[in-house]
This record gives sequence, C-alpha cells and structure tokens, in this order.
Amino acid sequence: MLSFVIRRLGTMALTMLCLTMIVFFLINLEPNLKKLAISQTEMHTSAEQLESWLVNHGYRQNFFVRYGQWLGVLPKQPVTDPATGKPTQRFSFCNDPLEPKFSGILEGDFGCSTKFKTTVASKLFPALGATGILMLCVLAVMVPISLLIGILAGMREGSRTDRTLSVASIASTATPEYVSGVIFTVIFASWLGWLNGSAASASQGITFYNFTLPVMTLAIYGIGYIARMTRASMVDVMTQQYIRTARLKGLSFGSVVVKHALRNALIAPFTVIMLQFPWLLTGVVIVEVMFRYQGFGYTLVEAAGNNDIDLLLGCSLVSVFIVLITQLISDVGYAFLNPRIRVQ
Amino acid sequence: MQVEYIGAFNIVLGVIARFWPVWLGLALVMGASFTYKKRLGLYGQLFDSGVGIVGVGICLFWLFTAIFATTVAPFDPLSQVPIMKDALPGGIEPVSKLIYYFGGDKLARDVFSRMVYGSQIVLIIAPAATGFALMVGITLGLPAGYYGGRIDTVLSFLANLVLAFPVILLFYLLVTPGIMDTPIPYAMAGLFFLFPIIFFSVLFWTRYKNRPDRLYILMGLTLVIGGWVYAGLVFDADPFKIIHIDPNQLNIFVAVVFASSPGVFRIVRGLVMDIKTRDYVAAAQTRGESPWYIMLWEILPNARGPLIVDACLRIGYTTILLGTLGYFGLGLAPESPDWGTAIKDASRLLRSFIHPALPPTIALMSFVLGLNLLADSLREQSMKD
Repeated sequence: MLSFVIRRLGTMALTMLCLTMIVFFLINLEPNLKKLAISQTEMHTSAEQLESWLVNHGYRQNFFVRYGQWLGVLPKQPVTDPATGKPTQRFSFCNDPLEPKFSGILEGDFGCSTKFKTTVASKLFPALGATGILMLCVLAVMVPISLLIGILAGMREGSRTDRTLSVASIASTATPEYVSGVIFTVIFASWLGWLNGSAASASQGITFYNFTLPVMTLAIYGIGYIARMTRASMVDVMTQQYIRTARLKGLSFGSVVVKHALRNALIAPFTVIMLQFPWLLTGVVIVEVMFRYQGFGYTLVEAAGNNDIDLLLGCSLVSVFIVLITQLISDVGYAFLNPRIRVQ
Repeated sequence: MQVEYIGAFNIVLGVIARFWPVWLGLALVMGASFTYKKRLGLYGQLFDSGVGIVGVGICLFWLFTAIFATTVAPFDPLSQVPIMKDALPGGIEPVSKLIYYFGGDKLARDVFSRMVYGSQIVLIIAPAATGFALMVGITLGLPAGYYGGRIDTVLSFLANLVLAFPVILLFYLLVTPGIMDTPIPYAMAGLFFLFPIIFFSVLFWTRYKNRPDRLYILMGLTLVIGGWVYAGLVFDADPFKIIHIDPNQLNIFVAVVFASSPGVFRIVRGLVMDIKTRDYVAAAQTRGESPWYIMLWEILPNARGPLIVDACLRIGYTTILLGTLGYFGLGLAPESPDWGTAIKDASRLLRSFIHPALPPTIALMSFVLGLNLLADSLREQSMKD
C-alpha cells in the first residue's frame, strides 16, 4: 500500500512537472508576451520600447532558464537598470530580490501578478479560501441529495419512482452551469425576487440571499451524475445473494436497505464524488464569473484575460494539483473501503 | 413609430407554423422508423421505449432545424432592425410585417432566427469533433490495450496528462486570438486529421491485402478523399474550394478534439483489455492473423455497443463544451449566433430583459437532453442482448 502511494506521488510529481512546462510554454508564446508588454506599458509605445520592456523584465531569457527560475531550481537574477547599471527589482510592487536568489515554487514563492500589482500568493490564497467556502456549501448540498435520489431510485429497479428520478437525473446532467444559472436567475431573481442574482456582496458576508443561487447552480450539474452512479451501484447490490438471504430471513425491506445494502452501495459513489472535483473546477469558473463572486475561478479568468503569467501559472498549478490529489484520494480510499480490491 | 405585438397564443401558433419543414421531416422519418422497426436492428429497438422515442425525436428535431434553417428562420441571424431593439416577444417588424417571435436582443436581431441558425453551428462542429476524437481515441486505444507494456504506459501517461487539465484552463490556453499567429493549431490539426486516414488505410489493408482488386479501390478512395479533406481543412488549399474552415473555427475544433480524445482512448483501452481475453481472439491468434487485423476486425466490432453509447453522450458533452467556449467568448466570432455566445450576451442583461436569454438556454438544454436520453435508451437496449 505504502509503495503504491509513493509510486503514485512520483507519477503525480512528474505529471505536474510536464503540465506546468506545457502551460509555461503556452503562456510565453510570442503573441502573449506582446500582449502583456502592451498592457503593461503606456499607450502608443513603439515596437522597440515593447521589446526593451520585455528584455528589462527578464522575459527574453532562455525558456528553460526562466522555467527553472519559476520552479526554483535556478537562481532568480535581478534585472539591471539600463540607465544606472545597478541591479533593480523586476517589479517593485512585490519585493523581488536585489541579489541572485533561489526563489520559485519549490521555495514557496509564486511570483508576481502583473494585473493586480501584488504577489501571486496574496491574491491567489484568499481567492482559494473564498472558493473553498463555495465548494463546501456545494458539497454539503450536492452529496446528500444525490445519494438520496440514487438510493431511492436504485432500491426498486424499474419502479415508477426509479423511472421518474432517472429521467430527472438525466435532465440535470444535460444542464450545464451557464444554462441552469440563467434559468435560476430568471426564476428566482428576476421573476420571484427571492434571491440576489449577484454574489458580489458574498465576500463581505455570506447570506442565504446572495449565496443560494451560485450553490444551487453548481450543485445541480453534479447531482444527476452522482445520483446515476449511486443508482447503478444500488441496483447492482440489490441483486446480490446476501440481500436475498436477508430478505428470506424475514427482515423488513427498509432494514435490508439501510443495514445491508447501503454500506456496500456507497463505495462506488465515493470514487465518483472524488472524481467530480475536476468538473466542479470548470463549474466554479463559470459560476463565479456569472455571479461575480471573487474566488479562484474569477481570478483564473482575470489572469487568463490579462495574460498575467505568474498568476495564471499559479492557478494552473493549483487546479492540476487538486485534480491529481483527488484522483489519488479516490484510489486509496476505494482500496480502504473495499477490502476485496488489492492495489498492485 | 410604435412596434405592434401579437398575443401569446399567436406566438405559439406562429412558431409551430415556422417549423413546418421540421415537422414534415420528423413525421416522415419517425413514421418510416415505426413501420420498419423490426428490420432496423438496434435503431429500431429504440422505438420500443418512451425514453428512446423522445430522445430520437429531440435529436431529429434539431437535425432538421439545422438542415432547414434558412426556411425556418424568418430573418437573417445578423441583420439588425433598429426599431426592434429589445423588442418583447411577438413584435411585428414594420417593414416586412414578419414577426420577431421571441423578441429582439440588445443589437435588435431576431432571437428566434439566431436560435435556429445557432443549431447549424452546434450540429456541424459537435458531431464532427466527436467523430475525430473517436478516430484518435480508437487508433491509439487499440494498440495500448492490446499490446500493453511500454506503449500502454506512454500513451496512458499522455492521456492522463491531458485529462488532468481542467477543461476551462485548456481552452484559455489553446483558444486565444494570439495562438492563431503561431503554427500550434495547424500542427495539432495536421496531427489529428491524419488519424482517420491512418485508421481507414489500416482497416482496409488488414482485411483485403490478399485481394488486390478490392484493396486498390478502397485504399485509393481513402487516400483521395482523405487527402482532399486534409488539404482543405489543414492547409485551406482545397483545389475545388468546397471544403473550407475559418481559422478560428479550426482552432475551436482542434481544442475540442484534443480535450475529448483522451476520454475515448481510456474507454477503448479498457474495452480492448476486456475483450482480448475472449476465445474468438485466441482463435484468431491461432489462425495466425496479424495483430492489427485482430484489433480492427475482431475486437473493435465487439466493442461497438459501449462506443456508440459513449459517442452519443460525447456529442452532448461537446455541445456543452462549445457552449462554454461561447460563454467565455473564446474562439467564436462575437456576433456568431451559436447558443453559448447568445447565452453570454443575454445573461449580462438579465436584470432588464429576460426574453433573449431563454431560447438559447432551452435549445442547448433540450438538445443535450435528447442525446442523453438516446444514449440511456441505447444502453438499456444493448444490455438486453
């Protein structure tokens, strides 16, 4: 088991290395650097000035040198001020070092956000916290509801409850966040006026009024999928021999479902819920943009839209990490929950 | 000048009447399918369940809407009639006396016509991209599952690499106006569009290599048609100027294929690993058939059930992805009538007007729902066998 986890962690590190290198390459393509230089300098700068801005801020160094610096395996060099010849900070707003120093991801330095004029860490981590709250609320709504629907539907396969709930779950998987968000806003904010169509005020304080719509929108897309997986697993368990034995012993249907079927039927949904995180990430981006909630997704879109290199790299590092770590947890947890599975 | 309006009942009647070619097509196809359902195999069995009928019905509805879009839509999707700006549903356009059934949007375009034309974009890109993703996934998944070992390790690592990318980040990196100045999208297109040609060449070669009369015809056809489409799509150098794709559409297309082929790869690999332990595969190996013959002519036909179901679901998922791209304004032109872009435009103005938002959302939802119902009922039918 331990060697399995260690091997998986090794693969994970390799995957993250490859992915960050790909992201680094794509962000630093020539058109993107041009765009960054234009947005960071004054209006109507000539091509030479743009080029000199890029050189002065260290964007013209060798690709691998810069990647190494970002990673923290090569020392970050201060840039030389062309006028005085003295070393100066690359960006004054985030205390870049004045002497060569190892300062990258491995040392915990995420770099400098050119859009928000601050360090990436001071922008990214509060945003992650805000998104964490949103995610917690979503999971607290999504998991119980979807498990309940799945169990009710899978309890008696082919019954009317089963068919109704199955079609409802299919409908919910066919409703992406930008569709359900619009429909919910129309119904609950424009028409009934019960809820706020914007969650911008949620950064000051979360209330039922401003936070329900984003949570609802995010939860609905996942509910259908988890419910369907739970149903399939429940249907499978209900046909097993031990369930028939329990029934023939004279136990009531309810007691069979709760005591015998439920525990075995919940193993598969655990994996599914864990693997749902990457999907939630995309949903988070859509919902946060739609309801103007200042979280991780909002930061990612701002970073991508303004070609904020370090911030976008930080965002991708975080999201890739979340995807990989949830995959690992789901594999390990599955082996724990289901003793029949032996991990090789 | 004041815009005159018709009532809600007349709007419903009018919309139903505008869709007349669609109803006609639906009636013909559904009627024929019902009559001959015994002889139509898996497709015919779909008509045994209510869910299947609804699924087929919705998918055909949007298919015919896309085909007859020019007849169904009363207006051009881009034409603006200033007086109809933000008009409510049922407004009568004063010059042509035609009706804005679902009202006008903030740029005074007909919401109904835009929804109808939007179906064309979705129904061309989503199935085509899914088809290419299937080709890529199958061509790589077969050897990975069949041979196992190092080739499997490498390909699986690459697939997991792409799958670990959150889709939205992938799109923000791959679908930008800037990236069109670099050769990356064209290189990716060149790589992906090669797979169908490879697939069909190997398919025919393994089967007919001892029958030159058939082989030459089929291989010739594959290479000529494949090469023609390839030249048109990747290099935009179709000698007959029939096949043409806009650079930004090519970019979207490539990104969508890239995002969804690892999923196909994983499914195919899993299926192959399961099927290769069967007796008929062992029999073929004993006969001395080549590995690629076994993969393409023994294993693949037996994996078709789950693959068809997955293809249906995947078209729906691709539609959602296209909507996401439109919603973030990536790739597609800002005035494009596709549903995602329309939802983005309308959702910003929900406080003042809700009517431009509803038609595209309901259209997208119903199409994906139809595909999911279709997939669900296909799965049920194939499990019965």
